[in-house]
Amino acid sequence: MAAETDGHTPGSRSVMGEPTPSSRSVMGEPTTDGRFGEFGGRFVPETLVAACEELEAAFREAWADPAFVAEFETTLRDYGGRPSPLTECRNLSSQLGVRLLVKREDLNHTGSHKINNVIGQALLAQRMGKTRLVAETGAGQHGVATATAAALLGMECKVYMGAVDVDRQALNVFRMRLLGSEVESVQSGSRTLKDAVNEALRDWVATVENTHYCLGSVMGPHPYPWMVRTFHHVLGDEAAAQCKDLTGGDPDVVVACVGGGSNAAGIFSGFADGDARLVGVEPAGGAAVGRGVPGVVHGMTSYLMQDEVGQVMEAESISAGLDYPGVGPEHAYLAAIGRAEYPSVTDAEVVEAFTLMSRAEGIIPALECAHALAWIVRAAPDMQGQTVLMNLSGRGDKDVDQMMDVLGMHGIVS
Amino acid sequence: MSAAEASTQRDSFGALETHLRARRESGAKLLVPYVTGGYQGWQRAVEAAAAAGADAIEIGVPFSDPVMDGPVIQQASTAALADGATPASVLEEARELDTGVPHAVMTYYNLCHHQGHERFASALLDAGVCAAILPDLPYVEAGPWLEAAAETGLEAILLAAPTTPEHRLADLCGASRGFVYAVGLLGVTGERSALARTATEIAARCLAVTDRPVLTGVGIGSPSQAVEACEVSDGVIIGSAVVRTLMSDGPEAVGELVASYRTALDHG
Repeated sequence: MAAETDGHTPGSRSVMGEPTPSSRSVMGEPTTDGRFGEFGGRFVPETLVAACEELEAAFREAWADPAFVAEFETTLRDYGGRPSPLTECRNLSSQLGVRLLVKREDLNHTGSHKINNVIGQALLAQRMGKTRLVAETGAGQHGVATATAAALLGMECKVYMGAVDVDRQALNVFRMRLLGSEVESVQSGSRTLKDAVNEALRDWVATVENTHYCLGSVMGPHPYPWMVRTFHHVLGDEAAAQCKDLTGGDPDVVVACVGGGSNAAGIFSGFADGDARLVGVEPAGGAAVGRGVPGVVHGMTSYLMQDEVGQVMEAESISAGLDYPGVGPEHAYLAAIGRAEYPSVTDAEVVEAFTLMSRAEGIIPALECAHALAWIVRAAPDMQGQTVLMNLSGRGDKDVDQMMDVLGMHGIVS
Repeated sequence: MSAAEASTQRDSFGALETHLRARRESGAKLLVPYVTGGYQGWQRAVEAAAAAGADAIEIGVPFSDPVMDGPVIQQASTAALADGATPASVLEEARELDTGVPHAVMTYYNLCHHQGHERFASALLDAGVCAAILPDLPYVEAGPWLEAAAETGLEAILLAAPTTPEHRLADLCGASRGFVYAVGLLGVTGERSALARTATEIAARCLAVTDRPVLTGVGIGSPSQAVEACEVSDGVIIGSAVVRTLMSDGPEAVGELVASYRTALDHG
């Protein structure tokens, strides 16, 4: 396991597009114009095209530099706490009739998988001579991670967060401010994640000379979807090695929640070339793959929830981190070619799973990850005896305030 | 598409470009106001702007996620959408306009993508609109749209930014139709207290590689700034100042505002 964090398996380098046979991976490098199949691209105002090109060149150059990769990995290990453990959930396994393994990204520094991507992008921004980071955030996990990296590297940081999310994630707002970042409450549009992305893009259009946009998911213009997934590849590689140690092979099913889709992309990338069934779980109120049609927003072509004329719809879910009407273009591609499936679960199922995991395993999951568990609970009768790997991408501490209201109201917890 | 291919692709200029070239040859500086379609009183604002000496009108079709727009145009777009504005309703109302000057639509790419390039272009032409600006569709992604627009006869206007590298600028200007929209600063639409240094730089860079009309937009908020920009540029686009006036003082005030720019450009 330890070897996975300091070595480059052929698989982990293949996603970087080195001319190796494995670069034809299902989750390989996008085309030169940033496409995964028909999805992706670089649909940004002309002002930002050069910045995206510069970022792509810098990323390619940095990732080919062993010194940069070593710094990334060392920082993730000594500061971020990698590798994260794999936990066998014995109680839930016996309840559900599946062998449930959980990748513990909740135990990373700042409490979610987001730190992987943020450390990578912040180091890259510093290498590019940028002095300021901007970020969007939904639940606040990416905002906290970005604020953390900015504090660590001595960079200025501004986080855009929808006003609705500022209200329901007050703890994370305070954490970001405590870490020295400015948090701007976004009042435009639906006042959630999609509007925070718009506002971060508007900031970047004006500040591109000294600012790096630290995008928090596998979305946006090329090279972000590919770069962010690459920085999260470490969690998929770790999980694959840990599963092999524990069970002798790949799990039967790999499950992760999907908003933009970064944690799912990270864990899928460890298994995409094998036989495991890949399942990305969307919220019923933000089912971009399930209910969306191809569209173009936030720099990319992907599945997008939109009305009959093409106005982007507002996502609605109990989880701020998944309140996004689009999805990363590589997920759209994996869905289109049938390599991954994207069912959705309701808020009620999510609340039940949130309570279930807390009580059965002593792990309070983030509401986002409770989506993954909710699907496992629903699908368990059809997966009896199978090994199911779930990415527990974040911890639920940020959600307890909100859940006190929800569960108190339903009399589940008095 | 290379500049050479682009310039041979069409033998004649479209209605917008023909008009702007003629006005430029007569010695005028070009003035193109922007009005958010669907906002209360927008048709009267367009007519007032045309009567006050606009050379063409940009009609905004409101989109849910206007990423290139600052607070003023965002507010107008949100209000228009809340009043039920759709691409079809705005175009229907645009069809009723008789201003005597060419109309261009400015909106975001997803509305075009959703409808399909050809159908979108045809719908504009049917409404008497001769050109379109899609600020989140950069030149590097615009190939299929440029082809479809050329097929249907719609002029597809491209934006050049201060950050556009030299190696792309000539091709971009060559592929644009109607005019080249020179983005005056690093930032979104909105008035600024002073004209950015980048405004004249990008206009000069464009004019060095094209004979197409070059209009500067984004960040022009006063007649004196317009005059300053036009020391280099062929003309200006004024958006947020117009829309702010429409929202605060109504459509007739838009006529007065546009007249003040016209006077400054003609005599400044």
